[in-house]
Order: sequence, then C-alpha cells, then structure tokens
Amino acid sequence: MVELTINNITVKAEEGMTILDAAKSVGIHVPTLCHMKDLFPTGACRICVVEVENMRGLIPSCAYPVAEGMKVETNSYRVRTARKTIVELLVENHPQDCLICVRNGNCELQGLSEQYGLREHRYAGESKDHAIDISSASMERDPAKCILCGRCVRMCNEIQKVCAIDFTNRGFQSNVTTPFNKGINVSDCILCGQCILVCPTAALREKSNTKLVQSAIQDKSKTVVVQIAPAIRASIGEEYGFPIGTDVTGKLVTGLRRLGFNSVFDTNFAADLTIMEEGTELINRIQNNKTLPMFTSCCPGWVKHLEQNRPALLDHLSTCKSPHEMEGAVLKSYYAKKMNIDPKDLFVVSIMPCTVKKFEAVRPELGEEKMADVDAVLTTRELVRYFKMAGIEFEDLPEGNFDNPLGESTGAAVIFGASGGVMEAALRTAYFKLTGVELENLNLEAIRGLDDVKEATIDIAGLQLNVAVVNGIGNVGPILDQIENGTCKYHFVEVMTCPGGCINGGGQPIHHKPEKVIKRVKALYEIDGKMKNRRSHENEAVKTVYKEFFGEPNSHKAHDILHTHYIDRKAILRENAKKN
Amino acid sequence: MHNNIFNNYPPNDRSNLIPLLQDVQEIYGYLPEESLSDVAEFLGMSLSGVYGVATFYNQFRLKPLGKNVIRVCRGTACHVKNSANILQSLETELNILAGETSRDKLFTLETVACIGACSIAPVISINDEYYGRLTTKEIPKIIKKYRNEAKQLESA
Repeated sequence: MVELTINNITVKAEEGMTILDAAKSVGIHVPTLCHMKDLFPTGACRICVVEVENMRGLIPSCAYPVAEGMKVETNSYRVRTARKTIVELLVENHPQDCLICVRNGNCELQGLSEQYGLREHRYAGESKDHAIDISSASMERDPAKCILCGRCVRMCNEIQKVCAIDFTNRGFQSNVTTPFNKGINVSDCILCGQCILVCPTAALREKSNTKLVQSAIQDKSKTVVVQIAPAIRASIGEEYGFPIGTDVTGKLVTGLRRLGFNSVFDTNFAADLTIMEEGTELINRIQNNKTLPMFTSCCPGWVKHLEQNRPALLDHLSTCKSPHEMEGAVLKSYYAKKMNIDPKDLFVVSIMPCTVKKFEAVRPELGEEKMADVDAVLTTRELVRYFKMAGIEFEDLPEGNFDNPLGESTGAAVIFGASGGVMEAALRTAYFKLTGVELENLNLEAIRGLDDVKEATIDIAGLQLNVAVVNGIGNVGPILDQIENGTCKYHFVEVMTCPGGCINGGGQPIHHKPEKVIKRVKALYEIDGKMKNRRSHENEAVKTVYKEFFGEPNSHKAHDILHTHYIDRKAILRENAKKN
Repeated sequence: MHNNIFNNYPPNDRSNLIPLLQDVQEIYGYLPEESLSDVAEFLGMSLSGVYGVATFYNQFRLKPLGKNVIRVCRGTACHVKNSANILQSLETELNILAGETSRDKLFTLETVACIGACSIAPVISINDEYYGRLTTKEIPKIIKKYRNEAKQLESA
C-alpha cells in the first residue's frame, strides 16, 4: 500500500493502481474518454490529465501509477484550462449538429462541453470530412463524428477479437475505418454493436427501422404484430429511471399496444420452441454419430462470425433458426392460417437488444419467396425513442398481458437473454427427453455467470454430456481450434457474441454503469425462478402448435419452417477482394 | 504466390510485417488488396491491422504508380522559392492532386520533404531527372515532353 494525497485528501492505494482509480476510490471524478476499464491504458485523449507536484507536465491519470508521497491536484486552474482546451479542439473538429443527432443528450463530448463551459468557438478551422457508411442493414458509421478515442477499436480487437476496424492513416487524416475504407457490410464486421455501446459520440450507431414500422402501423391493410426478446424486459426500465435490473414486462406490453400494434407476442414462446427443436437435433446427432459438437445458432453475430472465418465448421451449427425468426415463421404460417390472415398482410416487428438481428432479418434464406419471417427489427434504444415520440409515459403505464397463443412461455425461455441460458434451458429439456424423468436441480450454476468459458459435465442416463458456454465471441477461438485439430471433447457448445449475453447486446441502453450486466442477468434468473413452468417442454402453447401443425420436433414440416442453412461468407469476401 | 517472398519469413510473427510489405511493394510497385489479405493470413494478423500499418507509413502505396513519378520538393528552401506555386500548376496541368495518379496512368504526383538540392530551388524530379530553378511557365512544356514520349512509344 502507498499513501498519497489527492486534492489534499489522504488516499491509501494499492501499489500499481493508477491515479485515476485512486481518485475514484475517494469519490473524486476525473473525466475520461479513451479509458476502458480492465484494459491496458493508452493515454490517447489526455482529458484525464492531473497536476502532480514536482513533475514538469500534466500527467494522464489513467496511465500513471500512484507512488508514495505523491501530491496530486485533479482540479487546479491549470488542469481545468488544459482539459477545456482539449474539449474545445475536439469540438471544433466535430460536426456542430447536436440538435439533430441521435445521441443528443447522451453524448460524452456534449457532456464535457457542458462540464467545461464552452461558450464560444475559439479554434474554428478546417474540420474533417468523411462520408457516412450506410452499407450495412444493422449499423451506420459516421467518421466525421469520431473523436479517435479508440474505444471501438479496442472493443472490436481486444475484447470481441473480430478486428473489423482499426486506426488508418495518420495526423489530420487519421480515421477509424475498415480495410480499404470499404463498407462494413463487406468487412469482417459481425455487426454485434458492442462498438456502439462504447462510442462516446454518434460516430457509431444503429440503422433505424422506426419509420418502416410507423408506416406499417399506419397502413390499415396490414396486421402489425410485435414480439419482444427476453432481454428487453430487464433493461428498458433503465431509460425511465427504474433501478437497473427491474422487470417491466407488463408496462412494456401495454406500451406496445398503445403504439398501435394489433397483437403483442413474446419471443420467449419461440425460445421454448427453439429448445424443442434444438434439443431434439442434439439428441439425434448424439444417437446417430453425426457432427459434434453442436453449436447453438440463436446468436446471428456468432453465425456470421463462423460463416466469415471458419466456413468448414458450418456443419457444427444447429440448423435451427433463432427464436425471433422462429416466432416470425410460426406467425406467418400457423398463426396466419388460424386467424385467417393472408401472411403477406402480416407485418412482424421484433424488439431486440441486438443490432445483428436487423441483418439477420434481411437474410434471404430466412423467409419464403420474398416474404421475410420478420419484417422489421427495432433495438431497445429505438423503442425508447418511439415511445417518447408517441407521448407514452412509460413509468405510469398499467400492466398488460401478452396475446396468445404465441405469448405463453416458461422460465427456460426468459434466461435465453443471459450467457449460459440457452444451454441451461436445453439441458433441462434434453434430460427429460433422454431419461423420461425431470432434472431435479434446475439451477445449473456451473454455466451461469460472466466467466469467459464455462463448462460442465451432466450425467444423463449414463451418457456423460460435456457442454461449454462461450461468453463473448472473443473467447470462441480456442474451441474452434480444438475442433479443427480433433481434440474437442464437447458435445454441445453455446456461443453468444456479446459479453454477458443478449442482456448486454449492441442495441441496449447506452451508459457505463459497471453493474449493468450483473443486475440485468439477475433479473432474468429471478423471473425464471418465479415461473410456474420452468422447462420448455411444459409450455402448453408449444405443445398445441406441435399437435395442430408441426406434428413433432424435427418433423418434415418443422424443418421447412423452423430450420435454415448457412453460407460460406469467407469465399464471398475473398472474391470481393479480388475484384478490386 | 508473390514470388515466394513468404519463404523468407517465419509464419505468425507479426514483427516481420513491415519487411514483408516492403517485399510485396518491390514486386508490384504498390500493395494490391489481395496481397494484404495474404500477408495478414501469413502473419496471423487481422486485415484491418495490416491495412492500418500500410496507410500509416508514407513509403507504402495502395494504388499502382503512374508511368512517370513527379516529386515536388516542399522543403524549406524550395518553399521560400515558391514551390507551392509549382505544385499548384502541376496539379492544374495534370488535373490531379498531390498523391494521386492521372487517369491515363501516365503521371503520379507526389510531394517530398527535401530532395537535397536546395542550391537549385525550387526543384522537382521526374523519374531520375531533376529540374531546378523552375518557374511555373516551364511546367506545361516539361509535361508535354513526357506526353509526347508516351505517344511515340504507343505508335511505335
């Protein structure tokens, strides 16, 4: 332990701790832009500079360790002036369009400008000019708004290990972009949107589908239905001042109905359906010695990653569509028939915590003859804006209930939103299917939590089933290597692109409260714990759909409607490179 | 592929990135897009990382050079002798900006910090020839010489 003073307050700090963390430990806030918790500091933005006695220049506190007897000033006139100048220089090289910017009110640069009291343009000069990249169905890149803090680059390269973007050129020309400055739709990007969550400005943002949904609701010839993903109910409340991890399912249902949706369904219904299909597929693969391990296919970012990087392993992916696509497919087949609606007049909207789902929804193989299973995807953030525009006071909404039959679900479905949830749900049902008795302890703690890779061995009637859960796409590499060199011992592997699972998806509310993932995850497990039915095969509505429509899991009809196939995107990207 | 340059380096060692890129540029005169993917794969790096390095250093180019490379000295001595005007009149004459290659692929226009011939400032070099004590008036004449050469080669 070392003792130092910060702003004349005596602070005891561990050796090796940064000045920034030491200041935080006694409640002194130092602004940061490039700093990312738990990653090696870069000291690029200099906004966190502080004055240290007997040192010549100002010191970046995020990158400098504490020392015995150090005297630090975080709020001297000199420090404030330096910080203000940094903010002024950033602002002058940034489009002055806050009033019409999607991050207006939730922008770190805007916040700093306010904090340091910028009231005039002192450094008006040349500012950078870049085209907006609108090539992708999920995301937009607006490099003119980029302040080069590098957080997206580090998220993409060090945490997600996708490496789609990096710093290019130098000096005034410096730009964070894809190789050859091409559209992200032809880069290695998997559109997970984690970069959006760390971007301080609107340089990275989702592509909005709100207009599309609004005009569908306006169109009286259409029946517009909506489904919500498990993760939304535990996160959207944050935008309305509810404590992080508050379950607001009831208000959400009422709010959506007031927006004008004809029916409000729950993606959880299809999550239960996914378990029936995926569980049966797993059992078939094991019993018939087919390709193992089997990977979950719920996460479109993960699917895209495998398609782009290791197409030879695509056979390992479950052929099941992801839950919201299944819900869409069932709505446009079974439900449309039952309600006597022409499926072409049925407009399905998904509210997702995810940006990749937008890309997934326009994949041509997910739909039938030009009719997509899902017509539009809105992220949590877009829904919040939509509520605001529609004058809906979310806090005061009464509780509502989902419509049926595609609104019923079990506890197994709601935990899909957390890393390990799909695996846990699948095991609860697979155990029953293989042994005929129910799994006694439903809480599989070994595969819960935020570890990078979680593994467990479950004894199912003598079969030692080895499973693994990969939490975050950056941790999947070693398992893929194991499969390629034949040393993989797993039967079943769940992969979720976003660290923590969908609950921390790229479409979720943007803020940097460190407890957000843990608390949202906890909310999902609490909902599960309170459910009457906690196993997917106990879902009565799912049973009915099988009885009335599909027959049994993995039937011919189920394969037609609920399963899909994948594409070798590595070859496509390579062809693309040759053309230029 | 690429004249077997990969034989000279161990795979998956990113410290060889710059020598490898130099070798590739030696072969093609620039860094073709596909070659960067090959380099990235060989070194176990991301394409974005390789591209970042390739655009950081001025010595690497991502587009093929024109037949004639014009370098305009923008060093201090030449600057004092109005090399900015020389550059501008070259840009006008060739209808390209510094760093670009003309559409007919005849000329690439570049600026350099100092050619080392301050006594004859302002100076430009075209390929291996040097033109000193230049005035803007002479520019069209010089360019015309190279255009005529190209025409003669074409008709021959």
